[in-house]
Amino acid sequence: MKILVIEDDREAADYLRNAFAEAGHTADIARDGDSGFSMAETGSYDVFVIDRMLPRRDGLSIIAELRDGGNDTPALILSALGEVDDRVTGLRAGGDDYLTKPYAFSELLARIEVLRRRAGTKDVETVYNVGDLELDRLSHTVRRAGQEIVLQPREFRLLEYMMRHAGQVVTRTMLLENVWDYHFDPQTNVIDVHISRLRGKIEKGFEKPLLHTVRGAGYMLKD
Amino acid sequence: MARLLSILNTTAARLSALYLILFAVCATFLVIYMTSLSARMLVGQTHEAINEEVRGLDRAYRRGGLPFLVRVIESRARQPGANLYLLADANGRILSGNVESLQPGVLDVMGWTERPFTYSRFGEGEARLDPRAREAEHKAMAVVFRLPNQIIVMVGRDLGEPEKFRNVMQRALVVTLAIMCAGALLIWYFVGRRALKRIDRVSEASRSIMGGDLNRRLPVSGAGDEFDRLSDNLNKMLDRIAALNEGLREVSDNIAHDLKTPLTRLRNRAEAALAGKQKTADYRAALERTIAESDQLIRTFNAILMISRLEAGYSAEATSTIDLRAILADVVELYEPLAEEQGVALEAEIDGAVTLQGNRELIGQALSNIVDNAIKYSAGSGETPAVQVSLETAASEIRLTVRDNGPGVPDADRRRVTERFVRLEESRTQPGSGLGLSLAKAVMTFHGGRLEFADNEPGLAVTMVFPAEAPKRKVETVFRKREASD
Repeated sequence: MKILVIEDDREAADYLRNAFAEAGHTADIARDGDSGFSMAETGSYDVFVIDRMLPRRDGLSIIAELRDGGNDTPALILSALGEVDDRVTGLRAGGDDYLTKPYAFSELLARIEVLRRRAGTKDVETVYNVGDLELDRLSHTVRRAGQEIVLQPREFRLLEYMMRHAGQVVTRTMLLENVWDYHFDPQTNVIDVHISRLRGKIEKGFEKPLLHTVRGAGYMLKD
Repeated sequence: MARLLSILNTTAARLSALYLILFAVCATFLVIYMTSLSARMLVGQTHEAINEEVRGLDRAYRRGGLPFLVRVIESRARQPGANLYLLADANGRILSGNVESLQPGVLDVMGWTERPFTYSRFGEGEARLDPRAREAEHKAMAVVFRLPNQIIVMVGRDLGEPEKFRNVMQRALVVTLAIMCAGALLIWYFVGRRALKRIDRVSEASRSIMGGDLNRRLPVSGAGDEFDRLSDNLNKMLDRIAALNEGLREVSDNIAHDLKTPLTRLRNRAEAALAGKQKTADYRAALERTIAESDQLIRTFNAILMISRLEAGYSAEATSTIDLRAILADVVELYEPLAEEQGVALEAEIDGAVTLQGNRELIGQALSNIVDNAIKYSAGSGETPAVQVSLETAASEIRLTVRDNGPGVPDADRRRVTERFVRLEESRTQPGSGLGLSLAKAVMTFHGGRLEFADNEPGLAVTMVFPAEAPKRKVETVFRKREASD
C-alpha cells in the first residue's frame, strides 16, 4: 500500500515512515500543507494520512480541495484536538476517519488498512465467509460448518464488522465506534468481554480458532 | 474650578445645556404667542364694544338730534369705568364728554385710530401738574366720525387691561426663565458631579483589577439605574473570566500534581529496565508496562481536557434531539457482559421514549462511567451484587438513576466524589483515573442538569438529573460518521 503522510513534525514523520515500511507499506512524507497538497494531487496513493495543523495550510482545507477536485482517496486525519465537535468538522470536511494524538501506531495501521479496503470494495457482499464460518446479512443467520449459531443483535453486528474486515486488525476503539457508534474511551475494557462472549459462541465445539487476539493492537478474524 | 470644568465637559452637562436652551426657546415662544393672542382677543372685544357704543349713539342722534345725543353722552360718560366719549366742534374744540385732553391729531383722522394714543380723563387734569402726571395719561383706542353738522364724535376705550396683562406676562416669562436657568444649573451640577463620581469609582475599580486585584468588583449603588446595570454586567463578565481563570489554574495544578506521579513512575520503570543485564523477555515486559502506563496517562490527560472544556462552557459541542432511553439501552447492553463476568446482576427498567436536547456521546460517556463504577464497586460485595438503572420522568426533570448495593460512600465523602482525582481511600486498589465522576458531573452541568448522590442502603445511588426543558443551545445535528460500505 502506498501512503502519503502529511506531517510537519520530522521525528513523527520519520517514525511513521519506518513503521509503515516495517508493516510492508511505502510512505511518502510531505512536511507542509502546500507540498502535501501538490503531492496528493499528482501522485497515486492508496491512503492519505494528514495532520490537521500544518504550516502554510491546514489539513482540512487540503482534504476539502482534493474532494472538490474529485479525488476520492481515503484520508485519515490526525489531530491533537479530540473533542466531539472537532471530529465532526474533520469528517465533514471530507475526511474518512479521525485519530487523536497521541495514538498507538497499531491503531493507525489498523484504521488505514480498513480505509483502503473500504475504498476498494464498493459493492457490498450479502454473505461473508471466513473459513467454515458464514454470515448472511439478508437472513441474519450465522452458520459454522453448516450448524446455525444464534447471536444477539449486537453480537451479530460485531461479527458482521469483523467478518467484513477479516484478515485485518480491528482495534477496540474501532469496534466501539463502528458497532456501538460511540467515540469515547470506556474506563474498563468492556469490548474484550463482548469479544470473548462472541468467541465462545462461534468457537465452542470447534477445533479451529477464528477470532484471534493481536497483542497490543486488537483482534483479527481469520481462518 | 477644574472640577467644574470637568463637569461642564461631561455628556450629561452638554445634554442638559441643550435641553435648557430648547426649553427656554419653547417657553418664550409659548408665552409670546399666548400674550399676543390674548391681547388681540382683548383688542377685538374692545372693537366690538366700541362699535356697539357707536350704534347706540347713532340711534340716540336719530331719535333726538344733537341735544339728545349730548345728553346720552353726558350720562354715559359719568358712569364709573365708562368708555371714552368726546364731542368736538369742527375745529377740534372739546364740547362735551369725559376726555379732557388727548394726543394731538387723533381727531383729524376719521374712522378707527390705527394706533393706541395717550389721553387724560376729565377731572384728572390737575394731576398733570404733579410728578405722577404720566400716570394720568392712559392709552386708548377709539373711533372718530363726523356728524352731518361737522360735529366730531369720538368713542374710545381704555387699553389699560390688555396692557397690564401684557406686562404681567412679560414679567412672568422673565421670572420663569430665571428659575429654569437656576434649576438647570443646580441639577446639572449635582447630576453631573454624581455621574462623574460614579464613573471615577468604576475607573478606579477597573484600574485596580487591571493591576492584579482580580477579586475586586465594580461598585453597584443599588439604585438599579443604567450605571448599576452596566456595572452589574461587567461584574458578571469578570466573574466568568475569573471562573475560567480558576478552571485553567486548577487544570494546570492538576496536571502538575497528578500527572507528575505516573510520569515519574514511568520514568523509574524505564530506568530500572535499563539497569543491570536482563533477558529480552524482561525488556519486553517492561516496555509493555510502559506503553500501558502511557495509555493510562493519555486517558487521564484527555479526561482533564474534556472536563475543562465542558466546565468552561465554551464549546461548540454539537447537541441535537436525542433519545435518552436509547442511550441507556446502549450503555446497559455495552456493560451487560462485563457485569455478568463480574457476577453482578445488571438490570434496567426502560419504558417509553424520553427525548431531550443534548449530546449523545457525552451523555453516553457519563452514564457509562457511572455504570462502570457501580459494577466495579458492587462486584464481590454481599451475596447478590446488583446494579439497577432506572429512568423516571417528572414534570420538571428527567432522572436517570444508577443504584448499586456495594459498600456505598459515607455521607461525609459524598460531596467529594465528583472532585477531580478524588478516589476514596478504600477504592485506591481499583483501576481508574479518578476522573469518571468528575467528567459525569461536567457533562451534567453542560446539559443544565446536575448529579445527585444518595444512600441506597446499602450502596450508592447516583442520579443524572436533566431539566425537562433543556436549555436552548445551538442545535446542530450530530454528524454521523460516513459508512461508505454500510
